[in-house]
Amino acid sequence: MNKSEENRHQYWSSNLKLVFSLLLIWFSVSFGFGILLVDYLDQFTFFGFKLGFWFAQQGSIYIFVILIFVYIHRMKKLDEKFKNLSTEDD
Amino acid sequence: MSVQNLTYLFVGITFALYITIAIRSRAGSTSEFYIAGKGVHPIANGMATAADWMSAASFISMAGIISFMGRDGSVYLMGWTGGYVLLALLLAPYLRKFGQFTVPDFIGTRYYSSVARLVAVICLIVVSFTYVSGQMRGVGIVFSRFLEVDINTGVMIGMGIVFFYAVLGGMKGITYTQVAQYCVLIFAYLVPAVFISILITGNPIPQFGFGDQVIDDPQYLLSKLDGVMTQLGFEPYTSGIKSTIDVFCITAALMLGTAGLPHVIVRFFTVPDVAAARKSAGYALIFIAILYTTAPAVASFARLNLFESTHNVSYENAPKWFKNWEDIGLIAWKDKNNDGKIQHANGNAFDPVKPKFNETKGVYGERLIANTASTGNNNEVYIDRDIIVLANPEIAQLPPWVIALVAAGALAAALSTAAGLLLVISTAVSHDLLKKTFAKNLTEKKELLFARLSILVAVIIAGLFGIYPPAFVAQVVAFAFGLAAATLFPAICMGIFSKKINKQGAIAGMLIGLLFTLSYIIYFKFLFPEMNSSEYWFLGISPEGIGFIGMLLNLFTSFLISSVTPPPPNNIIRIINEIREP
Repeated sequence: MNKSEENRHQYWSSNLKLVFSLLLIWFSVSFGFGILLVDYLDQFTFFGFKLGFWFAQQGSIYIFVILIFVYIHRMKKLDEKFKNLSTEDD
Repeated sequence: MSVQNLTYLFVGITFALYITIAIRSRAGSTSEFYIAGKGVHPIANGMATAADWMSAASFISMAGIISFMGRDGSVYLMGWTGGYVLLALLLAPYLRKFGQFTVPDFIGTRYYSSVARLVAVICLIVVSFTYVSGQMRGVGIVFSRFLEVDINTGVMIGMGIVFFYAVLGGMKGITYTQVAQYCVLIFAYLVPAVFISILITGNPIPQFGFGDQVIDDPQYLLSKLDGVMTQLGFEPYTSGIKSTIDVFCITAALMLGTAGLPHVIVRFFTVPDVAAARKSAGYALIFIAILYTTAPAVASFARLNLFESTHNVSYENAPKWFKNWEDIGLIAWKDKNNDGKIQHANGNAFDPVKPKFNETKGVYGERLIANTASTGNNNEVYIDRDIIVLANPEIAQLPPWVIALVAAGALAAALSTAAGLLLVISTAVSHDLLKKTFAKNLTEKKELLFARLSILVAVIIAGLFGIYPPAFVAQVVAFAFGLAAATLFPAICMGIFSKKINKQGAIAGMLIGLLFTLSYIIYFKFLFPEMNSSEYWFLGISPEGIGFIGMLLNLFTSFLISSVTPPPPNNIIRIINEIREP
């Protein structure tokens, strides 16, 4: 494997790792807290809401927005790192 | 000024605005016509995507549906926003890197097959037409209630406006009109929501208001609503009646379907580069979340308001909005216990559910209906869920300009989505069917002409659907998401993330997903609607959620077939490597 191919491989696997961990959070807040665990979480209150109900109708949406912006930010850094690595090779 | 004159004024001003923008951003080339010349700023694209996405259904119907479903309504809230996370992380950046005009372009190239492209075109056209017919109907309802023109005339006016700016401006014109339409629709949604939140809880932010205490009452809004509903024999608002597996599958099908909808995906082809594609998905979700986090608040305010303003109130003293909506047939009342008062309770008031009006009036001046009163519950009222958002400002007795604003907002939501869908349909015809499949030596000028012609045809068909709505329009909506989830989403996603999936695998997968989902929905919705209940469903999954199982079948089939047929050729592997690079 030559240097640029190795870089490319590294870029792709850090990308996959990032996407996977963000999707794990995406799944937990919506399918986890908002659906599967909703009745359990409803015994806690959160600013006047039952907690499970809040995740299902509010919280999950806020976290979705945050997830995309974390992704944008991390990918920007990753892109820059990769660009620097490939110019070093030339 | 009266509500009607104000509505004419607001609708007139916004329509003039849309047309001016369309004239200023005419399209000259196919690239401008299909993808706005790839020059759209991410924030503008975010707004345009949000307007494209939030249709008459989001604006008019969603809060009403949630209002009546309580916690079960969360499937729409999570399903129609969570899809954007998938879109941003799994599809948008790579499709932008690939850099063609359409979704079938990607599927056709990645799976080196015009059959795959054709299957994608079919899925796309079915999905998009389903949607667009609903929009035209929404336009008709708004015109008939607020401007008192005939529904059909309303549809025709809407068709004319959409046709004008879609044909003239293509994607470029549509994008900038959608930016304006987003501003109109979000303003129109928030103003009444803020007013009502202040009226009920004293909190100006609806998102916090519906977790707050009710004015003059130490109770929290949601627990008060739970209490009122339990008293009337309903399930509490904050608990659900759908099974967990069904809620899970419906949410998944809506999320995957959202990420696979062609008119949304194509918006990410319009930005300058990959980083901008990621950013516009983020902005789009912010702009969408503003409405989607307000909707559940509006839903709970409306439900409480509805009970408080009409339960046990005599019909003669019923608020004016109750009679206005009764006049156009979206509310009906049958005095089952002959006390002259309106009573709400759990269950359908009469049989069949939808009212059939006689042309006679009852003792109190109410419109009489031919339906038989259903025994076993004390409910006397039929309320069409679609009126909740439109009637909310009246129910809360807000000033006339707010009511006029809501009408303009609903039109903006319906028109922006209709235009986006029509463009996707015309692109599929002129670009994918003609230029790339059946008439490969078409010049650019001719292709542009065909694109404009096919918008004309699509507008006319959509308008006919609006004027003669097929009885199943509302039911077919389940198709659109289920089909997109079971066909386009997995095909695109595997095309990016797997190098193993080949032409045979992808085509077989899409066909299995399509046939399975389609036959399940047709079986329960059209052939045996009397069996459409959880005891007959596969694993207790409703037709709305079956797209998720269709998607799993698609994935399984694709991997199975691909492992026993030759792998994709080297030039395809090269393409995959390229789209994965930054």
